[in-house]
Amino acid sequence: MNQSIPFNVPFLAVAALIGIALYIIIFKRNLIKVVMGIGILASGVNLFLITLGYREGGIIPIYTHAPAGEMVLPVPQALTLTSIVIGVSVMALMLSMIVHTYRHTGTLDSEESRQMKG
Amino acid sequence: MRMSKIVRTMSSILILLVFTFGLYVIMHGHMTPGGGFPGGAIMASGIALLVAAFGSSAIQKTLKERYLAILKSSGLLIFIGLAFAGIGTTFFYNVLVGSPIFGHIPLSGSNPGDVWTGGSSTLMNIAVGIIVSAGLSAIVLVMALASGGMEVEE
Amino acid sequence: MRNTAAAISLGVFIAFLVAAAFLIHPFGYPPSEMDDYIIEYSQIESGANSAVDAVVFDYRGYDTLGEATILFTAVTGVVMLFRRKSAGIIR
Repeated sequence: MNQSIPFNVPFLAVAALIGIALYIIIFKRNLIKVVMGIGILASGVNLFLITLGYREGGIIPIYTHAPAGEMVLPVPQALTLTSIVIGVSVMALMLSMIVHTYRHTGTLDSEESRQMKG
Repeated sequence: MRMSKIVRTMSSILILLVFTFGLYVIMHGHMTPGGGFPGGAIMASGIALLVAAFGSSAIQKTLKERYLAILKSSGLLIFIGLAFAGIGTTFFYNVLVGSPIFGHIPLSGSNPGDVWTGGSSTLMNIAVGIIVSAGLSAIVLVMALASGGMEVEE
Repeated sequence: MRNTAAAISLGVFIAFLVAAAFLIHPFGYPPSEMDDYIIEYSQIESGANSAVDAVVFDYRGYDTLGEATILFTAVTGVVMLFRRKSAGIIR
């Protein structure tokens, strides 16, 4: 089989995105940067879901004026549609909680705004 | 700080085009790519354009959050009612295929599209469009009110 | 001490991810048979011209119900967090 994209480049891009997102979530202290890292993690997982269902030389799975050819798989595209909407709503809730935290404690640092000290 | 007269005039004209395009994407969900979720997001971005041009205090006098909450809850009730309509066979059964409402069956293979197809999934597209547009507009309006409030009309 | 342990475990995890990216099926030839049934029979059973729309609302409608519930709950949470005391909410 001759492939037009050599040795699985999209799956390596998914691994790079998830690695960068995990580094941001673990090692950064500003709360806004942590939320950005969670957004990048969501984008990496959505890219992985779409590239699982690609057929070589395929057309989109819609029958209106469709040209001749094989269709790509429609089930991963349906799961990605759900995942994008869930990512948007979770990030909106996280950002409004950050605004609330800033009004009560006055700082955006995750180490200095801890209120349950041992 | 108010926006200039050019911005306020053009955004009042452009909001009609944005709403029409959002309704087109919602209604043709069973023939073209798109459906309920992207169409609702397009209509919410039209509301965001109005909030950016006129200020959140002026928009809040007409479009209260109570009306958006009523719209959102009724959309979810219509969606659950359509899911229970085919309970004779199973949950979420498509009862309207073959009946006079949205019931044609398209020709096999590649064909020019027909709007009257789809069954109950076309009505579900409209219900999901109402839910998503009302919900995302409520988020945009509430966040603009909480972080602004300094855009007072002079 | 805590930073060193976190860095070592992150390195091991990324090594597993890169190894999995090389061992997965070649890009463009998925080994699946369920979607052949959906592509062939979705026009007759659900009557829509689009296979993605039929999967989202007809074959897997229960997942769409769960997603609408998540959207509803998140919007309710955001509106509740930004209430103003002087607007006469408490009756």
